[in-house]
This record gives sequence, structure tokens and C-alpha cells, in this order.
Amino acid sequence: MAEEVAVSDSMAVERTLAGDRDAYRVLVERHSRSVYRMAYRMMGNAHDAEEVVQESFLRGYQKLKQFAGNSNFGTWVYRIAANYAIDRIRQRNADEAKRETRSKPTEDSLEVDPLSQVRDMSPSPERLAGSAQLAERMKSALAELSPAERTAIVMRHWDGCGIEEIAAVLKSNPNATKNTVFRAVQKLRRSLAPYLEGNEARAMGTEG
Amino acid sequence: MTHRTEEELIGYRDGEPKERAAIAAHLKECVECREELVRIEAVFGALDAMPIPDPGEDYGERVWQRVAPRLGEKKARWWEALIVPQRLVALGGVAALVILAFVAGRMTRVPVTPMDQVDAAKVRERVLVVAVGEHLGRTEMVLMELENAPAQKGEKTINFSETQRRAEDLVEENRLYRQTALKEGDRAMASTLDELERVLLDIANSPNELTPAAFESIRKRIEEQGLLFKVRVVKQGLDERKTNPEAKPAENQAKGTERKKV
Repeated sequence: MAEEVAVSDSMAVERTLAGDRDAYRVLVERHSRSVYRMAYRMMGNAHDAEEVVQESFLRGYQKLKQFAGNSNFGTWVYRIAANYAIDRIRQRNADEAKRETRSKPTEDSLEVDPLSQVRDMSPSPERLAGSAQLAERMKSALAELSPAERTAIVMRHWDGCGIEEIAAVLKSNPNATKNTVFRAVQKLRRSLAPYLEGNEARAMGTEG
Repeated sequence: MTHRTEEELIGYRDGEPKERAAIAAHLKECVECREELVRIEAVFGALDAMPIPDPGEDYGERVWQRVAPRLGEKKARWWEALIVPQRLVALGGVAALVILAFVAGRMTRVPVTPMDQVDAAKVRERVLVVAVGEHLGRTEMVLMELENAPAQKGEKTINFSETQRRAEDLVEENRLYRQTALKEGDRAMASTLDELERVLLDIANSPNELTPAAFESIRKRIEEQGLLFKVRVVKQGLDERKTNPEAKPAENQAKGTERKKV
């Protein structure tokens, strides 16, 4: 099945390269949703995610000659999207930094004090009430990660990408990338601790 | 008992092979580290629980609707950059006038003094230099366009009627300039123009829809004959003659110079 998909993708690539622009439509329609999922996790909102998806397929078309054909098109366009998304996040952060003087540390800063973050987010009964709040908090926690950390956790956790693959997007080496994944998890944990750990300790205590 | 660090536990959860067995053994013994791992796991659980709005079944189609027109724009820009239609029309007009003046000059036979003859020859040469220079510039664009076109594979035919239309226009001009160059004794230019004429004729007379193989064959010929390079050499010689009318024609320069990759 997977092979069948790979074959028809590569045929569509070949036809596109031969000048049949409509052949690219097959690729766009087939892979848009998975690219969107990643883009949404990276960007945190639908509008930016859609922009990332469109731009990624446009870039994919322009660079199609470079597509070696030794990996599948889905992986390839995913990587283009991850690269574009990380650039967009950096750009967005820079724009925001210009617009406002922020009291909290920038997302690129690695010197975030987890304790002060925890104190800032002391849980109230309302905030603990439902998963909607947790989801919101998760969005903010992701937004507080550096672009590299965010990319690393999205690619690693949700999309199961290999460390090498993530390192390629981050233009880093595997060891540094492992550290980035670790830092991302650690920061998310600090951000979400007020929401998670009280509940978890109670819920999971019986298993210990 | 020494507890495992958060980094080790996150690594373990992530599938890190380093010290895997030792950490697993420790987790069996240590309740605190097990609880710590549960708390770490909760972070991943929360990540999984984060909802993603469904963009809809027709999302792919909508993306295509947005992307497709932009692919078209890109393609158009690529052609436009090479063709620049308004500029070509303007150049064509100038070239037509120059040709007309030149031909009229050749055909008009009025008694002239030897001095007039020298001046007329100079003027004629100057007109030729400018007109041929422009003609070569346009030819160069067509050749560059073909030579730099992306390599084509597969069976899908390529429509290059736009390039052909321009090649057709150039063939007529080229013939006139080649004959003139022969009469003027400029053999290097005549020879280059002769080679150009054959390729331009090939392009003009090909079917509108070419197979990638036929397209490649034309392109290969341009490359193998070093036409682009020869055109540039002759053009450079003309440019020098434009600024310094006493300079010698680029006699055999193209032939004598080893072809470089252009």
C-alpha cells in the first residue's frame, strides 16, 4: 500500500517535471492535510498554518527538480514546510519584539527561569477544570518555546521524525538536536506543571 | 539510591538507547523515578490531547485553488523575463527601419564622388554594426532560453510556439545580414550567421509541440556548436567596432578561440 502511494507520487512528480502542471495537483491534494497538521502545531493558529501549507507547496513546485526521488514526496514537502514554518516563527517573533517591549523573556532565550514561570501560572480551580483550558495552556506553552525547540518537539513527538532529520531542518548536529528535544519537553513540563502534576500525582498514584 | 535525572528519563521515554537497560532496571526498583516518569509522560499526553481544527475533506482542493494561479504567475514571469514583449516590439521597429534604410542605400545607384563613397561605406558599415548587434542580442536571448530550459523527461510534449514565433522573425533578418556580411567580406560574421540561420530554421520549422527528445536534440546542437559563445564573440567584436570604428572585424575570432562553457 505504502509502495503504491510512493509510485503514484513519483509518477506525479515526473509528469510535473515534464511540464504537466496539473499533475502537481495530485500531490497537493494528497499531502495538504498532513502538512497542515504539522503547520498548525508549529504556528499555533489556522491562518498562519494555511499560509505555511500554500507556501510549502509553491516552493515544492519551484524546487521539484531538486527532489531526488529517493525519499517520498510527502516527507520531502513536510521538510520544506518545517523549514518554512521555523523561518516564519522567527520572523513573527522578531516582528512582535519590534512592536512591543515584552516583560517576559524572548522565545529564543534559553535562560527562562522555570520557577518564575511556574509561579506566574499558579493554578486556579477554573483553570484546572477542563481540557479546553489545558489545550489553551499547551498552545501558549508551545508558543513560549524557541523556534528550534518548537520544531524539534513537533517533528519528534507528533510526526515521529528521526533525530537526523530534525537536525537537518535545524541545521544542527544530532547531539545538539537531542538536547533541543530535551529542553523542549522540560520547558513544556514546567509550563504545564500547575495543570498536570497535581492531577497526575493523584491519578497515577495507584500504579506506583 | 541515586535517582535518574530528568534528562535521562526524558531520553528513556524518547527511546534513547544509551543506558537503556540500566534505567529500566532502576525504574523497576525506584517508585520515585517511576512517578517522575509518569509526570513526564503526562506532558506527552497533553501534547496528544491538543486539538487541531479539521480543515475539511476538501482542504487539499482548496490549497490547490490557491496555489495553482501562483504557479502560473511564476511560469509567466519566467517567460516574460526572457521575452520582454514591449521591448522586442520596439527593437523590431528600429531594426525594420534600419534594414529598410540599409537596403534602400544598397539599391540606390546615384553618381557619387570617391569621397562620398568612402563616407557612404562608413555609414553603411556603422548601420550594419548596430543592426547586426541588435539582431545578435535577440538571437542570443532565444538561444539562452533554449539552452537554459530545464531538462525534460517523459513523453509529455513541450509547447514552444512562442520561441518559434520569434525564431521565424529572426530567420528573415538573419538571412539579410548574412548576405550583407558576405558582400562586405566579413567572413567570420557570415559564417556565424550561417550557423545561426540553420538552427533558427530548425526551431522555426519544428512542430509546435515537441517531444522532450526532439527538444533536447535542438538544445544539444546549440550547445555542441557553441553557438551562444560564437554569438557573444561576434557581438563583442561589433560592440568594439561601435565604439572604435577603425577596429578590425572579429575575423575568425570565434573559430580561433577555444570554446568555453557559457
